[in-house]
Amino acid sequence: MHLAQVIGTVVATIKDPGLAGRTFLVLQPLSPERESVGVPLVAVDSVGAGRGEEVFFVRGREASFPFLPAAVPTDASVIGICDHWSLDASGSRPPRRKPRRRSSRATVKGQS
Amino acid sequence: MILGKVVGTIVATRKDERLVGSTLLLVQPVLPDGEARGGPIVAVDTVDAGAAETVLVVSGSSARMAAGQADRPIDAAIIGIVDVVSTNEAS
Repeated sequence: MHLAQVIGTVVATIKDPGLAGRTFLVLQPLSPERESVGVPLVAVDSVGAGRGEEVFFVRGREASFPFLPAAVPTDASVIGICDHWSLDASGSRPPRRKPRRRSSRATVKGQS
Repeated sequence: MILGKVVGTIVATRKDERLVGSTLLLVQPVLPDGEARGGPIVAVDTVDAGAAETVLVVSGSSARMAAGQADRPIDAAIIGIVDVVSTNEAS
């Protein structure tokens, strides 16, 4: 699941019957520091979220689960509205791991 | 889901037999403001989308939940034709 801000809506008259009556929201994924992460996407609303609100959403096959037993063909759904969130102010959060570098030894050996 | 613009059609005579009868379209993913983003993808059309229309594309195994796609080997389906996208930036 990811944090995001609702930055807009999409209107689509012609759509899959499973999506009838559902609301499409344009989401901008956020980092916990409220910085934009990646590009906006469209998600189906399951909690009554609106523009400007901070929400969390789920991606993949599981995005259709909030609507069960209805079969809603979606790969992203808003499943909660954030009242607030907080980060550990003491700075004791584990540092972000650097991406592991591929060993260059193999290629060096190959060249020599 | 992502927004996309229909940029082409695909004709394939030899294909998985479960794809017989489906329309395959080339879709260019776009941002809410219409700017292209990334490379085009192939998606099964389930809503009779037409050339140059902005559409909603659902990816992954959710694509098989679109009407009539249950057992088809697909990972992207067009499930809506977009009338309007309104965002804070655009309005």
